[in-house]
Amino acid sequence: MSAQRAALIWSGILAICVVPVLLAAYSPYLAWRQPVYIASGFAGIIGLILIFLQPLLAGGYLPKIGMRRARMVHRWTGAALVLAVIIHVGGLWLTSPPDVIDALTFTSPTPFSDWGVIAMWALFAAASLGAARAWLRLPPRIWRLAHTALVVIATLGTIVHALLIEGTMEPISKAILCVLAMAALFKTLRDLRSVALLRTVLRRS
Amino acid sequence: MNRITPTRRTLLTTSAATAGATLITGLSGLINPARAATVAPTPSMPGGSNNYLPGAPIVERIGGGGFWMTGTVRRAGDGTALEGIRIQIWAHTTEGHERDPHSHGATLTDAQGNFRLEMPQIVPAFGQPHAHLAYDDPEFDTVFLRPIMPSASDTTLDAHFVLQPA
Repeated sequence: MSAQRAALIWSGILAICVVPVLLAAYSPYLAWRQPVYIASGFAGIIGLILIFLQPLLAGGYLPKIGMRRARMVHRWTGAALVLAVIIHVGGLWLTSPPDVIDALTFTSPTPFSDWGVIAMWALFAAASLGAARAWLRLPPRIWRLAHTALVVIATLGTIVHALLIEGTMEPISKAILCVLAMAALFKTLRDLRSVALLRTVLRRS
Repeated sequence: MNRITPTRRTLLTTSAATAGATLITGLSGLINPARAATVAPTPSMPGGSNNYLPGAPIVERIGGGGFWMTGTVRRAGDGTALEGIRIQIWAHTTEGHERDPHSHGATLTDAQGNFRLEMPQIVPAFGQPHAHLAYDDPEFDTVFLRPIMPSASDTTLDAHFVLQPA
């Protein structure tokens, strides 16, 4: 890949990551919110951006990094994603504990809370599988199918969660980021032949 | 004695007539619910009581105003308008968070069972622009509402109570 093309791809990725954050930072609602609640919202936005990046790293699509290094970055990005979710939920907890209790117990009046909580648990499980990979000693294909299935739930849950929320992100940049996150996930699933792998495993069992 | 032997045609005619009658009854119920023999009490909404602070003071308006919270209070059963009912209101606004005591206030219904309280503009919080309302006095069962604004730029919001005598 030419250096020019790599630079172009990297600038695109950078724009996708930075523009939604900038637009959210210009929201007039921020003036009427407490710092903890604002931090919590931005942790959510950063989480969504990391969800967009994760499959690109896993699939090795980011130029000039190389598969080995990309997978290593994928692990650190995964850890950062877990941290972002903890800050997101923790900040909401500090802002309004009863709303977070409703969400965690699936008794919230807002459907997006359920999607967010489902995505959170799927993400924690996917990250735990990643962290415990060496210790678990699962057959590689089983490990990958489990990790992938959890990631699909976490990604879809997060996207529905984000799209239903009003007042944190700028709507158009949010929709674009969600579509790109979905596209990145499905491109990686296709290229890594995840469905074919699933069929093979099912046939053998 | 004639035996009734339903043919396909009679069956279709009767069912069409029944469906039509049901539709008319159902629609008239929707158009004029006050005419119904009994008015059902309003159930509390999920999350309605979140960040409730009991005993909000009766105020002229909450903060600087600019936004109107309006609604009605009626008695379950006969649907009579209730006067002098205290409705407590709180929300995340341009002047404070739901948990701030100064975001809370209460008002009383007039002789027609209407209430309206001016308050600061509601700002979307926790994903939706919404308000909280409470009826929490001894004469009727407690009801907590959490209405959502159709648009965040609305400057008024409606909520209706039908209270069940305690």
